[in-house]
Amino acid sequence: MSSPPRLTPAGLPGRRGAVSVEKARDSRQVIRRLWIYLHHYTSLLALVFFLVALNTAATVGGSYLLRPIINKYILPGNWAGLTRMLFLLLGIYIAGALAAAGQSRLMVIVAQKAVRDIRTDLFSKLQGLPIRFYDTHGYGDLMSRFTNDMDNVSDSLNNSVTQILSSAITLAGILGLMLYISPLLTLVTLVIVPLMLWVAAQIIRKSKLFVMQQQVALGITDAYIEEMISGQKVVKVFSHEADALLAFDQLNNDLKEKSTKAQMYSGIMMPVIQNLNTINFALTATVGGLLAILRGLDIGGLAAFLQYSRQFGRPVNEISSQFNSLQAALASAERIFQVIDEIPEPPDAADAIELTAVKGDILLDHVTFGYNPDKIVLKDLSLHAAPGQKIAFVGASGAGKTTIASLLPRFYDIQSGTISIDQTDIKNIKRDSLRRSSAIELQDTHLFTGTVLENIRYGRLEATDEQVINAAKLVSADSFIKRLPQGYQTILESDGNNLSQGQRQLLNIARAAVADPPILILDEATSSVDSRTEENIQTGMDQLMKGRTSIVIAHRLSTVRNADEILVLEGGAIVERGNHEALLQKKGKYYALYTTQFD
Amino acid sequence: MKQFLSFFSNYKKAVIVSSILVVADVEFETVQPGLMSMIVDTGVRHKDIGYILRTGGLMIFLSLMAIAANAGNIYYSSIASVGFVTDLRKGLFAKIFRFSFSNIDHFTSASLTTRLTNDANVLQDIVMMSLRLLIRAPLMLISAVVIAIYINRDLALIIAVAIPVLGGSIFFILRRGIPLFIRMQEKMDHVNGAVQENLMNMRIVKSFVRETFEKTKFARFNDDLKKIAVSASGTVVMVMPVMMLVMNVSIVAILWFGGRKIMAGSLQVGELMSFISYITQILMSLMMLSMTIMTFSRASASSGRILEVLNASVDITDSPAAVGKNLTISRGRVEFKNVFFKYHPEAKEDVLKHITLVIESGQTVALIGATGSAKSTLVQLIPRLYDVTRGVVLIDGADIRDYTLDNLRKGIGMVLQQNELFSGTIAQNLRWGNPRATEAEMRAAARDAQADDFIEAFPDKYETQLGRGGVNVSGGQKQRLCIAMALLKNPAILLLDDSTSAVDTSTEARIRSSFRNNRKGTTIVLIAQRISSILSADKIVLLDDGAIIAEGTHHELMASSNAYQDIFYSQQPKEKVLP
Repeated sequence: MSSPPRLTPAGLPGRRGAVSVEKARDSRQVIRRLWIYLHHYTSLLALVFFLVALNTAATVGGSYLLRPIINKYILPGNWAGLTRMLFLLLGIYIAGALAAAGQSRLMVIVAQKAVRDIRTDLFSKLQGLPIRFYDTHGYGDLMSRFTNDMDNVSDSLNNSVTQILSSAITLAGILGLMLYISPLLTLVTLVIVPLMLWVAAQIIRKSKLFVMQQQVALGITDAYIEEMISGQKVVKVFSHEADALLAFDQLNNDLKEKSTKAQMYSGIMMPVIQNLNTINFALTATVGGLLAILRGLDIGGLAAFLQYSRQFGRPVNEISSQFNSLQAALASAERIFQVIDEIPEPPDAADAIELTAVKGDILLDHVTFGYNPDKIVLKDLSLHAAPGQKIAFVGASGAGKTTIASLLPRFYDIQSGTISIDQTDIKNIKRDSLRRSSAIELQDTHLFTGTVLENIRYGRLEATDEQVINAAKLVSADSFIKRLPQGYQTILESDGNNLSQGQRQLLNIARAAVADPPILILDEATSSVDSRTEENIQTGMDQLMKGRTSIVIAHRLSTVRNADEILVLEGGAIVERGNHEALLQKKGKYYALYTTQFD
Repeated sequence: MKQFLSFFSNYKKAVIVSSILVVADVEFETVQPGLMSMIVDTGVRHKDIGYILRTGGLMIFLSLMAIAANAGNIYYSSIASVGFVTDLRKGLFAKIFRFSFSNIDHFTSASLTTRLTNDANVLQDIVMMSLRLLIRAPLMLISAVVIAIYINRDLALIIAVAIPVLGGSIFFILRRGIPLFIRMQEKMDHVNGAVQENLMNMRIVKSFVRETFEKTKFARFNDDLKKIAVSASGTVVMVMPVMMLVMNVSIVAILWFGGRKIMAGSLQVGELMSFISYITQILMSLMMLSMTIMTFSRASASSGRILEVLNASVDITDSPAAVGKNLTISRGRVEFKNVFFKYHPEAKEDVLKHITLVIESGQTVALIGATGSAKSTLVQLIPRLYDVTRGVVLIDGADIRDYTLDNLRKGIGMVLQQNELFSGTIAQNLRWGNPRATEAEMRAAARDAQADDFIEAFPDKYETQLGRGGVNVSGGQKQRLCIAMALLKNPAILLLDDSTSAVDTSTEARIRSSFRNNRKGTTIVLIAQRISSILSADKIVLLDDGAIIAEGTHHELMASSNAYQDIFYSQQPKEKVLP
């Protein structure tokens, strides 16, 4: 005779309190979007709602049966009738429990399927977004949409929807039956309940403010902790520990102050509503007792009524707390949908072509580019690389060398000029086909969790083990790989933390080698390899570049000496060009760079 | 657990008051149904309006008292739990910053951050829950049982059956459910790991056109997660229906046996009604208790991780002798005497072997050698970032373990291979070197590190914000700022671990010449890849696989060491280019 209390850990007072701070800007739109994920399961959902209604009706109705049981059977002493009624009640309760079990199970299934679909869509979307998007969106922010926001949506779908529905039906049912038993006694509840709601609203309003302040302070403290710990070795080297602790103390104390307030206000709501409900019970018992004497209220009716008044607080509490988590979930869903709604890389032009048998003729014709249109990085850049040629870019850091490596695979579109491969403007080439024609390796190495073998094979998924090993041999990576604990089967930790930077770069080059592309773009790809090893791989690199057009960006000039053309960049413009000998004879910028390096 | 208790020491009063208030609140609430039964059985039966009003008044008074007790509990439990976690965080932070490099390596920065943020917050929740629920639930259960037995001993037998049935079912469900949740967490980690990696490697994914491959890989993780989430959540949601069923069947049983008793005249209707209330209360307390315990078990991982930090022994500390002597570094002469080193005592091979090396005060000594030859390790022994395994390192003739860490590191400036800058202005960052440095000293250090020019080119110059929301400096600029930071310490010994690798060669040459001119008395130990960076060093030390294989000036080594010649020629132009 009691409505189900909800005591999952999520409903307990927590760090964030029972109060959400954020609200979706356009809740209706978000709900419509969520429905798209749920509507495949319309019939399951209908069944869930039916079961919720059945379960609630069983609970509320079961309590009402207390009235006839006491009035008609217990008090008159009708033993046979009581037995019959109790069997009926038992049947109702068993049906209710079955409905509750079914409803919870089914909702979990629907919710988890929908959440999986949302995750899939978000992930797929991220694959299609332009690099520009990743320049402007912090990686932590995107991760938090995947983790926290997705958890919020998942929890809410699991619980909130059915809980709110069942609480609403319970409230309506209880109120209806209370009125039916005694309209006069119902007045007590009707006075107390609005009071409860008012108190709840006041507390929520207050606590929202404090919870928000707490979140801000927590964010600042966490960021400080993260920064200091990740730079901890520097802190030690500079004996900065005492200062770090002092600054932390201030943040920590500020957080304490705000957190205490937030915890007080957000923690107080549930118990206060519970207590108000106790007052409701006390008042109902008193007034009910008086009514029984003065207005002839039947004892069974009073018993049922008192049951109801004990149950009243829970759905009120439930609705307000679930409503809050629903709001948080909608805000989270909105953040997820914002990413899903980002504009992807523009589709290939209708007449875009597929590159076949790429020769590797690269032409940059008066290319001007800036990440922001008003901040030009590359100015009026022209160059031609005939198939098989090696073109090198040198220049101080910040001259725009790396930018060029991002333009060829069309990570960004240029502001003016044209880039073409085999005489076709790259805007008219299908993106996938364009990118397949070249392999890029960057200074910051990127590896994936998996074996060494799998990491190299990332360059060409269908490569055989033998081809992978040959590629590794070609770039002098084979010898160190063999010395790893499990050789090629060694599992690399996320981003290859168990390897040195130089070894990671070698694996990256091997990956490019196995891809076997007509065009190679190497951006400082060997900067961390020591010079003796680099000399070893130089032969391999020369082998690798043979027959391919290659664009090489390098700091160490020894690696670019044999280039067909060397371009010296300064402030985004080419200030010198020519081969090694010609440039040295010119005694200009290149000569200066070269001689300081070997003085 | 003892370690945790010490963090409550400032909040003992709050803990005690909050616990007393819980007891009061529970008792005020538990007597309510009993009083209600008196209204029905005595007041209504005897039509005694005065009695009803008196009893009802008492009920209302007690529930008002319960509100006060409850609010007080929230107040004091918030103070205690937030205060506890504040002190805990402070203790952790202080402890973590006493860690040596090998402690840090052992834990990893990422995991230390998690322990100090998430895990500490989990403990805050747990403490709050304990203060609010852990006393309440068992107390309510016991009080209700006592009153129920007092009302009717026979009917209380139903409770004796219901408690083990419900307890057993919850135990059974959770025993199945908790391992599922642990597996779900693992699968969740897989999904998050896949996303994280994908985001970090996006350029590679795109340039190899691996979007579809990545999607397929992700779909597998995602599906695994969904499957386990359905069974984990699907199991645990069964607690509610089971609880309802047990409760409702108990109520039917009470009506059955209670009804007979009423017919026989040994029980009253009001008592029956209150009995129903009590069994509801008992079973709900039981469930609250088991849920609290479940949350506890989930938090035990967090508390375990925090204890690991608190109990970790810091392996590099000041010896009492060092504190007594209070030596400081003056000249900066460094000497290694037959030094051996390995990172883990149980490792088989030494990372550094038989290192004997003298670096005279004011000398510039360069270390070169292949990747993995332990150059960085050697340098890190000087400021005691790691302690030698055997042998001894001396500075100015004294064992470095006879200096306090603070004095030792104050005399040494160091730029790590992966040096970090911190959020704040450039000036704030540089002042890490010396908080009391004057403006002029700061600029001089920046000039010597060739950082002054680009700093002046920023609109806010030395007040330019770095890091989050500030400008991003290039790798070469960052290295120059770090060098300036170290120079500002005006150290007797300066250690540079490959700290100009991203600086272009002409700027690097200017840094070298300003060192020669303005930092004459400073002992400099540097690691470099480029041979051009070290040609002018007073001594070049060639390391191979953790051992010194040659040392001398450039010319001496060119004459005596084949290995050195190899390195030299590997970096030389193949043809003669200089006029």
